[in-house]
Amino acid sequence: MAVRKPPITTREYWAPGHAACAGCGCATALKLATKAFSEAMEEKYGDPNAFAIAQATGCMEVVSAVFPYTAWKAPWVHVAFENAAAAASGVEAAWKKLGRKGKILAIGGDGGTADIGMQALSGMLERRHNVVYLMYDNEAYMNTGIQRSSSTPYGAWTTTSPPGKYSIGEDKPKKWVALIAAAHQIPYAATASIGNAFDFVRKMKKAAKVDGPAFVQVHCTCPTGWKSPLEKGVEIARLAIETGVWPLFEIENGDFFHIKIQPPGGGAKVKREGGKVVAIEFKKPIEEYLKLQGRFKHLFKRPEAIDEMREQIKAMWKVLGVDVTLPKPGE
Amino acid sequence: MAESPFKADIERVEREYSEKMTPGAIARIPGSSVINKTGSWRVFMPEFNRDKCVRCYLCYIYCPEPAIYLDEENYPVFDYNYCKGCGICANECPTNAIVMVREAK
Repeated sequence: MAVRKPPITTREYWAPGHAACAGCGCATALKLATKAFSEAMEEKYGDPNAFAIAQATGCMEVVSAVFPYTAWKAPWVHVAFENAAAAASGVEAAWKKLGRKGKILAIGGDGGTADIGMQALSGMLERRHNVVYLMYDNEAYMNTGIQRSSSTPYGAWTTTSPPGKYSIGEDKPKKWVALIAAAHQIPYAATASIGNAFDFVRKMKKAAKVDGPAFVQVHCTCPTGWKSPLEKGVEIARLAIETGVWPLFEIENGDFFHIKIQPPGGGAKVKREGGKVVAIEFKKPIEEYLKLQGRFKHLFKRPEAIDEMREQIKAMWKVLGVDVTLPKPGE
Repeated sequence: MAESPFKADIERVEREYSEKMTPGAIARIPGSSVINKTGSWRVFMPEFNRDKCVRCYLCYIYCPEPAIYLDEENYPVFDYNYCKGCGICANECPTNAIVMVREAK
């Protein structure tokens, strides 16, 4: 049997022994992101190590850099919650002055990006620094004890949005930072998911190769905060794509009329017009995604909340210019 | 058996490890977290059947640690010093070449 080559470089920038929970989806995301980044740097500049990382406080910073250890095998700087993008801008400006070739990777969680680091991120994108911002989106402040963030989806349980007699959990729709980033008319903004690793690696490489700022929002599972089984991490992320909860899209130069949509798979029927996706008929109901997670358990007693969730997902796809049909279970 | 890609890091951190405070709290040794043998967290361990493996690399791609590396023939090798036993590899394996078994310690 002919042996295929590994689809990704075997160089490692993320060492084992870090303190992430077993089954952490974000650890997978960072491992793949650094590998993709190093491949892109090798193809563009001939040097796989031509990158540095600035990381905001968050789960992945706390688990990877417990003094005196570090899990990183690349130049790495930890900054406060709000200023990963600002620090990355500074590193990039210094590299430019020194005449060093390469690109900077800024990493933040959904709290450090969507809530606290929004100003710094917007400033970095507006000043057109040559930085890729990677937002690993586990949909709450998992590090400090599962508090809601503005990226928490509708209906989710968190410790600060507990469901009960008068509450259905988080009652506001999710904030899509990738769309906000794209509105800065940056060369590249995309969403990805660890449920489709090959798509994520391709998008990360594309982001690393463009000249100017790029933004990637990656969906990763958190078994602790989502109350999901450890081994189902990747499966849940894949179900999010296949049921339509998590759209995979790319926006180049802020062109909202030519959004590239990655087909979701899972039997969904994609309708195109002139090469552009205009409608998607999903075959898997969103309940399949919800039932694997303890944070949505209370919703099954309130079917009207799940219907409301469907409406919000349809509204989100409408922003992307796609008409979607979401089936109910048994249809 | 292939060597772990982190062998040099493990040797270096065992030789140079110190808890002395550094200026700016700089962690001097890259990849020094390899000194934490997180394999002790494990309840279920992945058992690998080489005959069933089709070398699709999915376990290698999805392992969050990474506790899976590749040998000379590109078969996965499980590093039980670091594997936390999450079971993502067994769940994603298309041919069931990886099964999780309860570990007797």
